Amino acid sequence: MSRENLRARAWAAASAVVDPEIPVLTIADLGVLREVRVAAGNTVEVTITPTYSGCPAMRVIEFEVAESLRRAGIDHFHVTTVLSPAWTTDWLSAEGRRKLAEFGIAPPQGLAARRALFSTEQVPCPHCDSRDTERISEFGSTACKALYRCRSCAEPFDYFKCH
Amino acid sequence: MTALPLLDYTLRLADNALILGHRLSEWVGHAPVLEEELALGNMALDLIGEARVLYAYAGNVEGKGRDEDALAYLRDVPEFRNTLLVEQPNGDFALTIVRQLLYAAFSCPFWRELSASRDATLAAIAAKAAKEAAYHLRHSAEWLIRLGDGTAESHRRAQTALDQLWPYSGELFEVDPIEETLVARGIAVDPRSLRCEWDHTVDGCLAQATLDRPTDRWMQTGGRLGRHSEHLGHVLATMQFLQRAYPGATW
Repeated sequence: MSRENLRARAWAAASAVVDPEIPVLTIADLGVLREVRVAAGNTVEVTITPTYSGCPAMRVIEFEVAESLRRAGIDHFHVTTVLSPAWTTDWLSAEGRRKLAEFGIAPPQGLAARRALFSTEQVPCPHCDSRDTERISEFGSTACKALYRCRSCAEPFDYFKCH
Repeated sequence: MTALPLLDYTLRLADNALILGHRLSEWVGHAPVLEEELALGNMALDLIGEARVLYAYAGNVEGKGRDEDALAYLRDVPEFRNTLLVEQPNGDFALTIVRQLLYAAFSCPFWRELSASRDATLAAIAAKAAKEAAYHLRHSAEWLIRLGDGTAESHRRAQTALDQLWPYSGELFEVDPIEETLVARGIAVDPRSLRCEWDHTVDGCLAQATLDRPTDRWMQTGGRLGRHSEHLGHVLATMQFLQRAYPGATW
């Protein structure tokens, strides 16, 4: 197999791994998968980065990437976790944003930025598109989400917060 | 102090994150409302995540084969290098929030500045922690304003907590030869350079919260040198029990 074919096969395998907590998103959609390259001796090197420092999904993702590579017939590889540059929701793909909304999680609104105290982001409801929503808590079921509620359809929802 | 200032420095950062993270995790199952339980648990997760990467780095710097678990679970009280502030018991919700505010008002600019460190690993860890600290600061500031400017009872509790914890704020800004050496090499942040921003953040929050800033009198000190309050031993007794009772246990 040529290096280019090997790289393409490794990318396909690694990028198919889904986030264990948001299974509609692949790690490529999330921007968690940073790089796949073929090093000396046809060893595949996969680089991933955590969303938050304490993200408990990283071990599982690393394991799943290794499994996926093996299933694709690739046995010589390293999976490395890097911290820099720090992950940001700005890396979330357009496809990823669309899939999040379909799944019922409001995608991040705009670009990551600091906000003033008590200010809240305007987040449309992923169920009914109403803009009449309110924040319940800036911290939700996982580190990357906040809890919101829609005043129109009365449904609570997760918001994938800007970071 | 060891012969490796970078090891001491990294352990101080890691111990602050771990002990405060553990304290916040003690609220899980006891928080006043479910949303706060999630918030405190999330912040604990951020801090413990920061501690893990810092311990892993400290282990590399030391080069004696100690991993993150050995550093977290197999050191005793005098070997811990955290500030006394973060080991103080949770108290009531007001005390936890004041402790968090005093710490986050410091850690927010601290991580931001450390992200420009000449040490690439510390800089990378700091760049991630800075983003997380911004959430922690906003959370505690909003709560302190609600509590201070809330009912007579919440105001009283917030002021009591502030008066009680204020003498622990001075240690955040202490500098000793470990920092001096590393500041000179562009690796560490001189905490005194953050004092102005900390004052500005804290004063602004206290003004909105209608709370009185306590007078700077004698400040508690010693945690960063391993002289701790009685509380840290109790934290470690809980946190380290399993590895002490069943050394090397894995699952």
